Amino acid sequence: MGKKLLLEHINEPGIQSFEVYRKKGGYASVEKALKTMKPDDVTEEVKRSGLRGRGGAGFPTGMKWSFIDKKSGKPRYLVCNADESEPGTFKDRYLMEHIPHILIEGMITSSYALGANTSYIYIRGEYMYVAQILERAIDEAYANGFLGDHILGTDYSLNLYVHVGAGAYICGEETALLESLEGKRGNPRLKPPFPAVAGLYSCPTVVNNVETIAAVVPIVNLGGDEYAKIGVGRSTGTKLISASGHINKPGVYEIELGLPVEEFIFSEEYCGGVWKERRLKAVVAGGSSVPILPAGLILTTAKGEPRLMTYESLADGGFVTGTMLGSGGFIVMDETTNIVQNLFTFTRFYRHESCGQCSPCREGTAWMEKILHRLLQGKGKKTDIDILVNAAKNIEGNTICPLGDAAAWPVAAAIRHFRKEFEEIAESTTEGKKLEIATH
Amino acid sequence: MAKVTIDGIEIEVPDGTTILNAARQIGGKIVPPAMCYYTSLKDTGGKCRVCLVKVSQGSAKDPRPMPKLVASCRTPVADGMVVQNITSPDVLEARKGVVEFLLLNHPIDCPICDQAGECDLQDLTYEHGTEVTRTEFERRTFDKIDIGDKIKLHMTRCIMCYRCVYVADQLTPERVHGVLNRGDHSEISTYIEKAVDNDFSGNMIDVCPVGALTDRTFRFKSRVWFTKPMDAHRNCSKCCGKVVLWMKGDDILRVTGRKDHYGEVREFICNECRFEHKNTADWVIGGPRHINRHSVISQNHYEKVDLQKLRKEIDRQIVFQKGKQLPETSTSHS
Repeated sequence: MGKKLLLEHINEPGIQSFEVYRKKGGYASVEKALKTMKPDDVTEEVKRSGLRGRGGAGFPTGMKWSFIDKKSGKPRYLVCNADESEPGTFKDRYLMEHIPHILIEGMITSSYALGANTSYIYIRGEYMYVAQILERAIDEAYANGFLGDHILGTDYSLNLYVHVGAGAYICGEETALLESLEGKRGNPRLKPPFPAVAGLYSCPTVVNNVETIAAVVPIVNLGGDEYAKIGVGRSTGTKLISASGHINKPGVYEIELGLPVEEFIFSEEYCGGVWKERRLKAVVAGGSSVPILPAGLILTTAKGEPRLMTYESLADGGFVTGTMLGSGGFIVMDETTNIVQNLFTFTRFYRHESCGQCSPCREGTAWMEKILHRLLQGKGKKTDIDILVNAAKNIEGNTICPLGDAAAWPVAAAIRHFRKEFEEIAESTTEGKKLEIATH
Repeated sequence: MAKVTIDGIEIEVPDGTTILNAARQIGGKIVPPAMCYYTSLKDTGGKCRVCLVKVSQGSAKDPRPMPKLVASCRTPVADGMVVQNITSPDVLEARKGVVEFLLLNHPIDCPICDQAGECDLQDLTYEHGTEVTRTEFERRTFDKIDIGDKIKLHMTRCIMCYRCVYVADQLTPERVHGVLNRGDHSEISTYIEKAVDNDFSGNMIDVCPVGALTDRTFRFKSRVWFTKPMDAHRNCSKCCGKVVLWMKGDDILRVTGRKDHYGEVREFICNECRFEHKNTADWVIGGPRHINRHSVISQNHYEKVDLQKLRKEIDRQIVFQKGKQLPETSTSHS
């Protein structure tokens, strides 16, 4: 049984409420931080913990916090990115829905560390009911003196607001999120300047994922060094994984980083194996943007070592034989899955969600979707596959924000590992055979 | 000041200058193309991605290369920066890809487009595109709409550079047009088909790099290369009054702002100058305007060749070929 830091009290009746949460030791990190630590001490603990961003990129959180411009004299902001829109990822919703106070607690402690007196939780429009849960939790925190002026009788004051987005994947990109929060069209900004220098309202801003901010709570409670003992190498602590797809027990699991992928998929404690006694075909390990890996490569690396649920091990082999931990959206596919169909679904999503600001992403995602659609309709050609690879290459790295990369990687990876399936579809269809797409 | 090397040519520019502007100071072939950046409009740039360059050395202090190609129009130089544009195969390859993307849904209806002959996308495609198209899909189309009684918006040709949106934001008092929808469905539009009605709206025609926004008083009157551009001015209470008249015989077919070497207007003109004064008596005509670009307009030989000027230009190019900084041109283009 792995250690649970975030979901420890998930089964406690009434944990949504302030009373029960407080009784179970909640808000201890706020008391500890505000009464016994200086803001920089909190940042130092987070640095020592080795915590890395849980939203997908895996950037060290402590380092991100230390970049924030404290000398400018402008107000500083902490913004929580709760615009969880990556297909296959639903961990933040689960956490906020069931234990909203852990996010509020993390927001207070983190805002204190950054010296922010106003903080925002930007939540996606589809999570309206979760936003209401958060609003209630914030009201309770205000009523109990954990938010507002002079928190716990100290000099520190914080106001916390929930802002609901209007349903755009792109608003999960941090600068698009800030634009949207400012009330503008959610187009990503050009960087530099980075948010740490000029973010919300051109003031220094840190944008962190829900899970990252929640993880600050156990870090402050346990101490950074103690937290860093969990995990392997530079992947420390626990991580929420949203497991979905063809498995017996889909759901959100908190794992200690370093858990073998094989154990995660097949053990009864976690996914409980592939459903219907079928064989494993492929896994998308970190949300739809990361490269897909076939069964052989997800269980063991190209070097033959068992693959672990860590940032490093999953990335082993680069994009040729590896993938990324990403946001932890773990999508399992059994042997009946049609990879081309799956890729089409992903690509259709990226086409729909591209903001249309820069040309490679706007035109490229639509083109890739059209080609895949044509392949699936039985009107494709073998040359389409090379065009897909080339279009993905021309998008990757040439766009304003990472949405372009996110759209290009799955295409490149699916063709890299499952080229035969694409060729079969292209060939079978040119002969006029009716294509059968597996449905479940 | 920062010393920066672009394609092997060193130049010193003030801090904060973008790579593109540093390259423009050198001039010649090493200047990256730009479809969305516009010097006189704040915050433009970074969107079309045709100006991508490779930074092979970030600065003297931090010599690491930048991990991705960067948009030269929005990336400031640093002292000791080394930039590769036409000397980097990666850049040329990426640019070719971007041109392909821009043309995927462009109708390529140049034979019936008023912009043909002075179109940035046309030039870009000749220089950086491929001869063949790989797309076989039906292209995206929109209905033409009139925004105001003088401007026609033909979204089908638009490449979403956002320049006209910035004109609307920065030059005119009320913003009545912007971008609707997202992704490949996004379009420039007025919110309720409302007429754009203000004194400087006509400038969006000048900033449009393609034929998406055209002058309704000039549409289908003439190919641009059959008209003679003449510098002219008048006393105007609203704007600088410095324009270019596009003439055929003694008729003024069109009035535009004065575009510089890179196709950018520095001094915007008002709608009255642009649309209302099509009579030569209204203008003080300066003389023929040299259109110094790879355009077919100059093929019309409307101006006499000044041999002395030509000699100077050749000398200037020789100096440039030797790898030195390009000396200031003797003729002003503004």
